[in-house]
Amino acid sequence: MAQYAILIYAHDSAHRPDATPEDTATSDAHAEELTSSGALVMAYALTPRDMATSIRADAITDGPFIDSKEVIAGFYVIEAPDLDAAIAIARTNPVVRDGGGVEIRPVHGGGFVQRDSGPGRADG
Amino acid sequence: MTEVEAALADAHRREWARVLAATARVARDLDLAEECVQDAYASAMTAWDRSGVPDNPGAWLTTAAKRRAIDAIRRDAALRSRLPLLVVDDEEEPVHPEGRDVEKLSEAVPDERLRLIFVCCHPALAQEAQAALTLRLVCGLPVPDIARAFLVTEPTMAARITRAKKKIATARIPYRVPRPADLPERLRAVLAVIHLLFTTGHTAPSGAALVRADLVDRAVHLARMLCDLMPGDAEARGLLALLLVTDARRATRVDADGRLLRLKDQDRSRWDRAALAEADAMIVSSLRAAPPGRYVLQAAIASLYAEAPAYDQTDWPQLVALYDRLLQVWPSPVVALNRAVPLSMVAGPEAALAEVERLEGDERLSGYQYLPAIKADLLSRLGRPAEAAAAYRQAFDLAANEAERAFLDRMARAGSLF
Repeated sequence: MAQYAILIYAHDSAHRPDATPEDTATSDAHAEELTSSGALVMAYALTPRDMATSIRADAITDGPFIDSKEVIAGFYVIEAPDLDAAIAIARTNPVVRDGGGVEIRPVHGGGFVQRDSGPGRADG
Repeated sequence: MTEVEAALADAHRREWARVLAATARVARDLDLAEECVQDAYASAMTAWDRSGVPDNPGAWLTTAAKRRAIDAIRRDAALRSRLPLLVVDDEEEPVHPEGRDVEKLSEAVPDERLRLIFVCCHPALAQEAQAALTLRLVCGLPVPDIARAFLVTEPTMAARITRAKKKIATARIPYRVPRPADLPERLRAVLAVIHLLFTTGHTAPSGAALVRADLVDRAVHLARMLCDLMPGDAEARGLLALLLVTDARRATRVDADGRLLRLKDQDRSRWDRAALAEADAMIVSSLRAAPPGRYVLQAAIASLYAEAPAYDQTDWPQLVALYDRLLQVWPSPVVALNRAVPLSMVAGPEAALAEVERLEGDERLSGYQYLPAIKADLLSRLGRPAEAAAAYRQAFDLAANEAERAFLDRMARAGSLF
């Protein structure tokens, strides 16, 4: 088995700070599907592009790093035996049929960092 | 050439893909597999010299290459544990121990070339990498020849192939024939690459001979294999038909001295009628399976050219119509350029020349020798010999095949006599 990161490219993220369960129903359903299949290792939904801040050399700018029609709306890591299996899983993402797409990247290494407060939000 | 050398050359042409495909599954590393296969061929020279050419050279080479792979795996077990290996399925053939009868082994070795082809033509690889990898791994073509075929430098091509192999291992592109649901999509990539192999063989990118029969034959063989695998696929049939029609003219493309003959000067009575008939039957059945795709239409065009009893009796308007349909499914500048030929017979050379001149602005055709060659023919028909000679010269400078160069040189000289 190998791990693949799936980067979700969409016009924007549906996960606004004030998003209702209806707004995120499609991606929630997909996340549930992947979870119950046992393929999902971890997943993050990101806030919309308006919330992004980019840093290049000395400059801090508003918005995503790459100025493009699509933005990374979220990412998740799946476990799959090979690329064909990863493709089969990744192409079921609803964004693929909704004008966006996904990028599959084999994971080299990584994972959660052991901390005293445990994994998760750094709320302090 | 000694008997052993001839047998080796023959085995390289016929068996390379089969030997490499079988070895790759054992080696689980394409570089290691290539190395082992090359070693096996090298060792065959001495061994066959000593004890004669084996009855089944392919099986001999496969056994030798696999043994080398197994030795290398044992030797570098520690190193390999840190490298990403080729993903192969579990139900694989067990590694045969020594002492197994070579003839028996050959029967046990399934034809794994298809597996090799599908891994080479995986859509996760750039198409130019797919083609290069297929030429290298399936056809055993040396890197300099591949570089020449794709008009890039040798280091560029070597880097491209290395990068592709690295991606196969790292991203875990599996070494298997895709499942039925994925086959149509995966087949398209394979068809494109086989077609490219054929064109490369049909007019070899460099060297003296116009046709590299080995590449052409292999492309036809691969196309046949795909037709068997997907009997319902019209495009696979279309590709095979296209290759058959094009290749049916092989014997007549050059004269007794190896000089290139134009379609209009070829002896149609020597065309391979059996191949043409086989292709025609496939085209007819594929055209019914609407809507026809790129290869079916290309085959129909080639077949229409071949059907005419004489060049002058070719059905030019029907050809223009077929090219128009082809442009719709495959808007390639090469198609637009080829359309200029029948167009010149329907609407006159002036109209065709205007079309060719429009295409001259297309960067994708900038290194394409057939553009100035077609232009030269049109100019010559328009009674503009000096310009025609210049265009032939331009085509000469772009062409790398010696037979083509000789033809273009003759045409350029003939034109400048006026």
